[in-house]
Amino acid sequence: MNNLFTNTGSSSFTEFLGAYAPDLLPTRAQALAAPVGDQIPHATTIVAATCAGGVVMAGDRRATSGNMISQRDIEKVFRTDDYSCIGIAGTASTGIEVARLYRVELEHYEKMEGRSLSTEGKANRLATMIRGNLAMAMQGLVVVPLFAAYDPDRDAGRIFGYDVGGGPYEQRQYHTIGSGSIFARGSLKKLYRENASAEDTVVTCLQALYDAADDDSATGGPDVTRKIWPVVAVINSDGFRRLSDEEVAEYVQGILDARMTDPDGPTAPLR
Amino acid sequence: MSMPFGYASPEQIMRDRAEYARKGIARGRSVVVMQYADGILFVAPNPSKALHKISEIYDRIGFAAVGRYNEFESLRLAGIRYADINGYTYNRSDVTGRGLANLYAQQLGMIFTESIKSLEVEIVVAEVGEEPGRDQIYRLTFDGSVFDEQGMAVIGGQADAVGGRLKERYSEGLPLAQALDAALFALTEPGGERPAPTQLEVAILDRNREHRKFLRLTGPRLQRVLDETAPPAPPAEPAPAPAPETGPPIGPEGEIDTGSGE
Repeated sequence: MNNLFTNTGSSSFTEFLGAYAPDLLPTRAQALAAPVGDQIPHATTIVAATCAGGVVMAGDRRATSGNMISQRDIEKVFRTDDYSCIGIAGTASTGIEVARLYRVELEHYEKMEGRSLSTEGKANRLATMIRGNLAMAMQGLVVVPLFAAYDPDRDAGRIFGYDVGGGPYEQRQYHTIGSGSIFARGSLKKLYRENASAEDTVVTCLQALYDAADDDSATGGPDVTRKIWPVVAVINSDGFRRLSDEEVAEYVQGILDARMTDPDGPTAPLR
Repeated sequence: MSMPFGYASPEQIMRDRAEYARKGIARGRSVVVMQYADGILFVAPNPSKALHKISEIYDRIGFAAVGRYNEFESLRLAGIRYADINGYTYNRSDVTGRGLANLYAQQLGMIFTESIKSLEVEIVVAEVGEEPGRDQIYRLTFDGSVFDEQGMAVIGGQADAVGGRLKERYSEGLPLAQALDAALFALTEPGGERPAPTQLEVAILDRNREHRKFLRLTGPRLQRVLDETAPPAPPAEPAPAPAPETGPPIGPEGEIDTGSGE
C-alpha cells in the first residue's frame, strides 16, 4: 500500500500499474503453447467517419470463434473520455481489457495533471499500449483499435488507425477495421460526403456496416427480430454521446425499408 | 530515577506535534463542503487557478483540503492512484469514499505517530450517492481521526466560526444557488466583503450527471449561479462617473493565498 503514497513517477496509470500490480496489465508474459486465435471470440467490424464539427463511430454486434457466432450483442465501441472513443477489432477479451485500461489511463492523467491530454497525446498513448501486445499478437491474440476524438483546438473530429505494431496513423475522412473492413471501406468510399451533418454521417456509417455484414460472415447485420442494433457514437463539441437503441432503430428501419426495393443500397453517381 | 538528557515524555511529544500541526492549518483559509439538493458543493476562497484545494478523485468522490500544499497534494495523488487501481481491478462501483477515508486515516495516523513532524493538513472526502440519504462527507484531521459529518463540514483556519455561521443558513435540500450563498455567507466575516468570483474555487458533485459526477464551476457558469441569489440591483442612479485617480486593478487586495497555507 505504501507506494501509493511514495510513487512520484509519471502521470501514466499504465506505468504505475506495471510497477504496482503488473499482473493486471492486459499484456501477458507467458508464451502460449499453440496459437489459439481461432478458438476464442473475435470482435469484428468498426467504422468511423468525420462529420461537420465532429466524428461518428459505429460497430456491429457480432463476435465469432472460428465459424461459430459466440455472441450476438457484444459491444465494441467504448467511451474513453468526454471527447473520445475507441472501437476494437480482434481478440475480444484482450480488446475489452485494453479499452478499459485506456479509459482509466486518460482519466488518470486528467485528474493527476488537472488537464486533458492533447488529441495527439491520447493517440500516441494508445499506440504504446497496442505495441505492448505485439508478442501476443504474434501468437494469434491480435487486437487492433480505432480511435476517434473531437479535437477542441481544431473544432473537428479526428480518426486514428493502428496496426499490431502500434501506430498511430491519422486518417482523413473515414477509416474501418476488422474482418468486414474491406467491404465497409468500399461502401464508405462511395457514400462519404465531406462536412455532412452528424445525422447523414450516421446513415453513411450504418450503410457501410450493412454492406460489410452483407459480404462478411463475421460481421453481424441489424438483428430485427431480437432488436439488436449497431452501437453508434457521435462526438462533437458537446462531448461523447451514444445513440439510444430507439434512435438507431429508426435509422436502421429507414435503411432496411430502402433496401427492400434496392438490396445493394444507395448508389453513387457515375460522374 | 535520573532522566536521560533530552528526554521528553510521549504525551509531551504528541501534544507538541498536534500544536504544531494546528498552527500550520490555522494559517490557511477555510473550505466549506456541504450537501445541496442535487449533491455536494465545495467552496474555497482561492485566487489561484492552478493550485487547487478541491479536486476530483473518482466518479462519485471529491476531495478538499487545507494546509500545506505539497502535503495535501501528495495525499490527493495517492487517493487517485488508490481509486483508479481499485476501479480497474474490480469495478467502478467498488470504489467508495469510506475506503478512501480509511486509507487516508491510516497514512495520516502513521505519520503523526512515527514522523518527527505530522502533516499540516485537514481534508474532506465526500461521496455523492444515488439519493441524498446516501451522500457521505468524511472529515479527516492531521492525526488520522475520521469524522463522519452530517450535511456539512468546514476545515481550515476559522473552522469553528465559519461552521457556526454556516449552521445559521444551512438546511437540508437547498438548491445550488442558495447553498452557494450560504457557503459564501459563512466564509465571509460579519461585515466583511464577499470574495469576488475570480477569488473562488467552486465545484460540485452532481448526482444527476452521467459517468463522472464532479464538475468545476468557473467563469460564466459560476457567475450565473451567483447571480441567482444576488441582491436586486439598486434603483438606477445617474451613471457613476469613473474615478480617474484609481487606476485599473492590478492585483487582488490583501495577501494572495497560494494554497500553501503560508
